[in-house]
Amino acid sequence: MQSVLECHRISKHFPGIKALDEVDFKIRAGEVHALIGENGAGKSTLVKIITGIYPPDAGVILKNGETVEFRNPIASQMAGIAAIHQEATMFPELSVTENIYMGHHLTWSGSRLLDWKGMKLKTRSLLEKLELEINPDTKVKNLSIAQRHMVEIVKALSLDARIVIMDEPTSALSLREVEDLYKIIRRLRTEGQAIVFISHKFEDIYEIADYFTVLRDGRYIGEGRVAATKVDTIVQMMVGRSLEQMFPKTQVQIGDSVLKVEGLTKTGIFKDISFDLHRGEILGFFGLVGAGRSEVMQAIFGIDAFTSGAIAIKGRVVRISSPSQAMDHGIAYVPEDRQLQGTILAMNIRENTTLPIVDRLSHYSFLDFNKEREITREYGQRMEIKTSGWDQAVNSLSGGNQQKVVLAKWLATRPEILIMDEPTKGIDVATKARVHEFISQLAAEGLAIILTSSELPEILGMADRIVVMHEGKITACLDRKEADSEKLVKAAMGNLLS
Amino acid sequence: MFILTLLLLLAVSLRAPNFFQLGNLYDIANDTSILIMVAIGQMMVIITGGIDLSVASGIALSGMSVAMLNQYYPNIPIFVIILISLAIGFLLGSFNGILVSMAGIPPIITTLGTMSIYRGFVFVLSSGEWVSAHEMTERFRELPRGSLFGMTNLILAAVLMVLIFAVFLHLSRTGREIYGVGGNKVAAQYVGISLKKIHYLVFVLSGIIVGLSGLFWVSRYASAQNETAFGFELQTIAACVIGGVSIMGGTGTILGVVLGAMFLGIVNNALTVINLSPFYQMAIQGFVILVAIVANTLVDRRNQLAMLRKRKL
Amino acid sequence: MTKEKKYQPDRPHLFTRIADLLMTWELILFVIFIVVIIVNSYLSPYFLDLFNILDTTFNFMEKAIVALPMIFVIICGDIDISVAGIIALSSLLMGMASAAGAATGTLVLVGLGTGLAAGFLNGLIITGFGIPAIAVTIGSMSLFRGISYAVLGDQAYTKYPQSFAFFGQGYIENTTIPFELLLFIVLAVVFGFLLHRTTFGRKVYTIGNNATTARFSGVPVNRIRLIVFSLSGMMSGLAAILLTSRIGSTRPNIASGWELEIITTVVLGGVAISGGKGNILGVIIGIFLIGFLKFGMGLINVPGKVMNIVIGFLLIFAIMLPGYIHALRSRILMIRQQEKPRYASSGQSE
Repeated sequence: MQSVLECHRISKHFPGIKALDEVDFKIRAGEVHALIGENGAGKSTLVKIITGIYPPDAGVILKNGETVEFRNPIASQMAGIAAIHQEATMFPELSVTENIYMGHHLTWSGSRLLDWKGMKLKTRSLLEKLELEINPDTKVKNLSIAQRHMVEIVKALSLDARIVIMDEPTSALSLREVEDLYKIIRRLRTEGQAIVFISHKFEDIYEIADYFTVLRDGRYIGEGRVAATKVDTIVQMMVGRSLEQMFPKTQVQIGDSVLKVEGLTKTGIFKDISFDLHRGEILGFFGLVGAGRSEVMQAIFGIDAFTSGAIAIKGRVVRISSPSQAMDHGIAYVPEDRQLQGTILAMNIRENTTLPIVDRLSHYSFLDFNKEREITREYGQRMEIKTSGWDQAVNSLSGGNQQKVVLAKWLATRPEILIMDEPTKGIDVATKARVHEFISQLAAEGLAIILTSSELPEILGMADRIVVMHEGKITACLDRKEADSEKLVKAAMGNLLS
Repeated sequence: MFILTLLLLLAVSLRAPNFFQLGNLYDIANDTSILIMVAIGQMMVIITGGIDLSVASGIALSGMSVAMLNQYYPNIPIFVIILISLAIGFLLGSFNGILVSMAGIPPIITTLGTMSIYRGFVFVLSSGEWVSAHEMTERFRELPRGSLFGMTNLILAAVLMVLIFAVFLHLSRTGREIYGVGGNKVAAQYVGISLKKIHYLVFVLSGIIVGLSGLFWVSRYASAQNETAFGFELQTIAACVIGGVSIMGGTGTILGVVLGAMFLGIVNNALTVINLSPFYQMAIQGFVILVAIVANTLVDRRNQLAMLRKRKL
Repeated sequence: MTKEKKYQPDRPHLFTRIADLLMTWELILFVIFIVVIIVNSYLSPYFLDLFNILDTTFNFMEKAIVALPMIFVIICGDIDISVAGIIALSSLLMGMASAAGAATGTLVLVGLGTGLAAGFLNGLIITGFGIPAIAVTIGSMSLFRGISYAVLGDQAYTKYPQSFAFFGQGYIENTTIPFELLLFIVLAVVFGFLLHRTTFGRKVYTIGNNATTARFSGVPVNRIRLIVFSLSGMMSGLAAILLTSRIGSTRPNIASGWELEIITTVVLGGVAISGGKGNILGVIIGIFLIGFLKFGMGLINVPGKVMNIVIGFLLIFAIMLPGYIHALRSRILMIRQQEKPRYASSGQSE
């Protein structure tokens, strides 16, 4: 089969990082090609080079056998390449129609005036083709995350591309929507398009991809046919060693109830959330993106108010209307988005780690740098943060180390209740394992832990009990012994489990 | 926005019945024309996420320049003077635009600087002296007054501006790109929109409008002074904010801005009609801006809450 | 060709280290400041006289005092365009109180109180409704100064008690040090400590860098912003006391246009308009730099409006320069990167 796009020995570096090192990548027509690799492996960078956002420092790109150069995203688009990026690339105040057509609005023939009627019609037909019930006039800011993602896909399709690149497209979709996406991909394949599918979820890869290429640390490792390759082999290529035991679960004595949530409701976001949490216990919260788990946790932590319901700590009903009040009650919250909510990238490790307890470490409001360094050293070492000094800026650390800073920071508050929201998202496998070990250790020390995750193996491996949420409501509460993938997934999709 | 304006009109008509006389309404239109024009330029800058604080100084500089030109070379035809004012505006806007798009200086800082620089050059040009009515030619002073189709030239100019830019912003690619850049500049770049071009363009457009408005200003008030249009930039921003343009960028309509400007114009006019000293103007303006911003925010929030309630859980 | 250079990632090239030291913003400002002093002393033989230098400071100490809390406002990621309006309002209320027979002590309370209340109002609207500071303070600026115009029109309050004149015109006993200067120095030290050595200052920096993380980390973001705006208002009130005392009267156009010069001073001093960065030393140098620069221009009879042209250009260059320095640094870094030897296949890059 002739290759539609070929990358030969592509290299790219940024100040301080070598993102890609002589990478080869071949895409063929009528093929779904999975680009696999851990975070930081270089997948996004390669895609950005193919779509003309960055120029490569070395190497060539061939399209249908001829050398091409993509100086900007438009050049790449004109060559028939459409990309659906991970970051939101939507205009919130503009309509769906305009979001699709921004950059290539349709005009009345022979004039420079925009043909809104024509654009709306086309948009409507594209949406219908994909069986999406979205009004083309809605402002994108009023759409749900899943709907926005679908619009992104429609946008890519409206460009009549021959090569469609999807960067982690299923991360924000419900299972039903993922099925719809698979349908679309299969249809594109029969129409002869080439699809590049970036993911590190094996469910997706084995379900939909024909071929795969693995990158690691910016280098091309290998490729092959998906059907002919075992999961372990791929993992080995991704990680460089064989799959280790990733979820160490130690037996821990479960103590008394330390947190009890009753009837927690927030209009339009979540409803009637009730559960309790014990010392030494790891309570897992499973669900798909958009189920409302983070919102519940943030309500408990006092970041956003809730409409009704009660929270009781060690038997006493408490009012938590701010994070500092939550901290006073011994709660700590490790947020989902470490760059936006967990760290201050421009500041250094010490300043980040001591932020929640900066008042405790001060003398009548005067900063005590020595105490700060002490605490940073203590927790930084405990978390095994790899750094050249505690005054190093956090933005120069790897993703895994940044997450360690966030963990160190919250541990330094000496919490009794630790809420961790997707703590291992986007972290390399080795650090992931360490974090899991660490969580188990904390439970053994008597902390009560809530662990939110969208990864089945993680939840099944770590949690003592599992709560499943779907669109703002709890659909299941299972003990570790009775939980399995099927039940969890069913509950996450909306089926109530008694 | 409509509601507020209607309420205001109602309140005013109760107090002073002669408000609705045609002559008075005509005056309002004339008074507000310049504000409408300059506010349109300001709106385009704000939509892209910037702000143009130099508009008032630009009006003064352009106005003084053409007034002096008229004073020393009274034989230059008006038509040429109009072109010159547009050219001056283009230069002023260009300077802003280059600093913002090429040198990457935030618009608020750039225009903070050019605001002082342009105002300073008014002084340099005029050596501190004024150009007064009798130093201007008849035709110069007649410019905003001469009527065509039953409207003064000034009102005509404003109407034309509104039409031209309404078409530009809603029916042309570049116009939509302005909204794109303001809405999400990363996404805009991904679809091939040149941020530099758009940032430069909005400042140039604002500048051209300012240039022409400078001519209208000095000819209308028959005087070019150092303090011409002092503080006017705030009125243009107020008109935008009241008209629903978000200071963060990405949204805004010509209609909103026109209403906002008219609202301010009506308030100003109503003051004289109900015999309130013009010294109250500034305070009322400030108060109105605050009320309008808060109202807009509250309405937005209520809408969002309504959308949440619709989601049946 | 087989000699491998030992790569030490933690020891930057000597050139970069010297460049880092030399290219601190504060040093550049200081050098320009010295240049201004030297030029001024050429222009006027009396300039280097201590008395004269001290007397010069009268002209800009009020603005300097308002610049101090403005540092906090801008580092927080906000801006306060209403400061001059607050000065006008405070001066108005003091004038009214004085006309009603109030004594100096009361006047001081009125001035500070008005400033505090006005700043608090700003903060309340900004944090309570979540509206960008630039929009709110543009409105409140018009409102505050507008009230002054509404009440005074084209009149003025000129009757102030004798002792009131001390604040703006007086010297410390038996010295030639103006009270205003001393007050500023004390406040500069206080604000300096507040910014760099207290938890409050640390929190302000975090809010300016990433307000979301700050909030998630227990920082009471809105409370701090409210305090910052109240502080800005109160210092504006203080400036009103000094200014009114210095010129002995209250007119609605008092301190007209000051907000821009104050913001210029702060930005020139190295505080990024986007927030999260900057320190007090740069701003203090900037204050004196602009102050003496204007004085020097006055010596050669440069008209006020033309001075503004210079300040305008200064502001623009002040922003462009760090950008170019940064680009230069990146270029140096890139050159350094290319010197790094390529490791063939062992994959070791640490």
